[in-house]
Amino acid sequence: MSKALGVLFAGWLVLISQASVAAIDTYEFKDNATRERFQELSAELRCPKCQNQNIADSNSPIAEDLRDELYRMLDSGADNDEIIDFMVMRYGEFVLYRPRVSSQTYLLWYAPAGLLVIGVAVIFALTRRKKSVGKQQEKSGLSPQEQQRLDALLKQDQDKDA
Amino acid sequence: MRRFLVLLPLFIFIGLALFLWRGIGQDTTSIPSPLLGKAVPEFSLTSLYDENQIMSASDLTGPALINVWATWCPTCKQEHAQLNRIARDEGVTIYGINYKDDRAKAKVWLDKYLDPYAKNVFDPNGRLGLDLGVYGAPETYLIDADGIIRYKHIGEVNEKVWQKLKAQMQALEADS
Repeated sequence: MSKALGVLFAGWLVLISQASVAAIDTYEFKDNATRERFQELSAELRCPKCQNQNIADSNSPIAEDLRDELYRMLDSGADNDEIIDFMVMRYGEFVLYRPRVSSQTYLLWYAPAGLLVIGVAVIFALTRRKKSVGKQQEKSGLSPQEQQRLDALLKQDQDKDA
Repeated sequence: MRRFLVLLPLFIFIGLALFLWRGIGQDTTSIPSPLLGKAVPEFSLTSLYDENQIMSASDLTGPALINVWATWCPTCKQEHAQLNRIARDEGVTIYGINYKDDRAKAKVWLDKYLDPYAKNVFDPNGRLGLDLGVYGAPETYLIDADGIIRYKHIGEVNEKVWQKLKAQMQALEADS
C-alpha cells in the first residue's frame, strides 16, 4: 500500500516538475540573474484567463503571450517596476498576486493586522477588568471599626460552629 | 463605553458578513478593464482584406463597437449572427479585430457567415489584443465619439448583452 503511494507520489513529482520546466526552457537567457527574475516575475503574475494559476504554470494562450512579453521586456533591459506597470496597465491590479498598496487595497493589506490589534485590545481590556474587580473585592471598603465588628461577628460564628 | 465594547464583536461580524456576502455571486471571470476612460491604444497593423493597407487607432472612429474575434473561437461563431443583425438592422458601426488568426481562414469565414464589420484589423500576433488587455476572444469594447473606451464586455454578445450595450451607446449620444 505505502509502496504504491510512494510510486504515485514520485510520478506526481515528475509530472509537476515537467510542467513547470516546460514553460521555461524554450527561452534562452543571457545570464542566470535574468532567468531568476523571469521565474520570480512569472510566478508573481496571475493569469487573467485561468485565475487560480500564475502565468508560469498556465498553458492558456494568454499566459503564453504574457510569458513571451515578459521575456521580451527582460531581454530589452526593463526593470521589474516597468514590467509590473506594463501588465497592470493592460490587465489591472488583478494580475498581481500581491496587489500594490493603494487606497483600493488598504483593506486587503491592513485589515488582518487591524483585526489582530482589536482582538488583542479586547482580550487586554477583559483581563484588566477581571483583575480590577478582584482587587475591589479585596478592598471591601469598610472602615476600621466596621472591619473590627465584622471580624468579631465572624469569630462568633466560628465559635458557634466549633 | 462598556456596552459598545460588548457589541463590538457583533459589529465586526456584521461588517465582515456584509463584505463577504457582496462577493458571493459576483462574476469573477470578467476582470474590470483598466483601459476604461482611455483612448484605444496606438497600433499599426494591416487591414484583414488588404495586406497593403496600414491601419491605426485613428481609423476606428466612434461611437462604435470593437469586436475581438477569431475563427478558432467557438463563442465568436455563436455571437456572429447577432453582430450581423446589429450592424444591419440598427446601423451600428462595428469594427473587427481579427485576433491571432489566419488571414485566409478569416476571409473565408466572413464570406460564409457574412461580414458585420465596417473595418477589420488583422492582428496575427495578438499585439493589439495585448495592449487592449484582451485575454480571451470574444471581447467587445464600446468607444465613444472621441475614441475613448467606455465599456468592455467579455464573452458572447447576445440579445441581453446588446440591450445593455445599446443603453450605454444611447447614454453616450445623449451626453454629447
